[in-house]
Amino acid sequence: MTALLAQLPALPLHTAGKYVAAAYITLFVVVVVYVAVMALRVARIERQLGELSERARDADAAGERPQAGA
Amino acid sequence: MDWKALAAPRVLAVATAVVLTTALTLVFFYAPLEAEQGFLQKIFYVHVPLAIVSLCGFVAGGILAIAHLRTGDSRWDVRSYVAIHMSLIFGLATLITGSIWAKGSWGHWWVWNEPTLVSFLIVFLLYATYQPLRFAIEDPERQARYASVFAITAGAFVPMNFIAVRLSSAYVHPRVLGATGNLPGAMELTFAISLAAIALLYLTLCSLELHTKRARAQLRALRRRVEERTGAPARAPARSAAPSLPLPPRTVGTITSMRNHPGREA
Repeated sequence: MTALLAQLPALPLHTAGKYVAAAYITLFVVVVVYVAVMALRVARIERQLGELSERARDADAAGERPQAGA
Repeated sequence: MDWKALAAPRVLAVATAVVLTTALTLVFFYAPLEAEQGFLQKIFYVHVPLAIVSLCGFVAGGILAIAHLRTGDSRWDVRSYVAIHMSLIFGLATLITGSIWAKGSWGHWWVWNEPTLVSFLIVFLLYATYQPLRFAIEDPERQARYASVFAITAGAFVPMNFIAVRLSSAYVHPRVLGATGNLPGAMELTFAISLAAIALLYLTLCSLELHTKRARAQLRALRRRVEERTGAPARAPARSAAPSLPLPPRTVGTITSMRNHPGREA
């Protein structure tokens, strides 16, 4: 690994490095923000799905009770 | 070949991660430094692919809108919306990276007499009106129809705009990818891989967005079924600029199978 790293060219980060870093960080931030928004949406869908499942179970239980009593 | 399986978000995500990593490795450890701009030219490998993919996405949005107007199927409208929505995000990233490149190269964040920059901003601002236009129309069918007409008109404007800029006389913008093919082989390969990586990223994010929309449509159908069973008053859908997919048939069965076999529907 050290030998491989020694073969790699040195990056001139002292000159234009901050601009290049800023451009690539921009892309990274855009992707991270988008994925975070998607994660929030999926979490909301999961929560709503859980609530609906609960309501469906309650409705099933309410529908079965009168039959059991009859 | 199973194209549907290839379009699955998981396959696309893995392919994107691999190609993106390869592209970054090539950019920083393989592509030679450009003679004039030196290390600053590395921005080219992220800025130009973002711009190309963004503009192609706008045109794709117009083509998908044609399919919507031809068939009347609202799924095409949703695809057109997602393509334009994603292109706007990529367009914003293009403007930011271009601005950073301009600052490093010319010493200014923005140059108003440069046609490439200004024309891209015009296209971006044109598409920035797409979502407010949708939100302004309450009736979903009319909203989809008007949005499709907008997407087709604006989509036709994108290549015209590109040609107009190419024909313009000022060539101040760093034209690294010229018509003469002036890129050395190593730079050309790196650029091609970077373009593929950004295109794959675009497709992955579009695919994720479409899958989320599908899940929301199924959830909406399930809610309607539960409300019918319980006798609860049905909630009116909230006004939105984002189109919804049509309610799928046998939704309850699909969601049950999703919950029992997670991953099958993904």
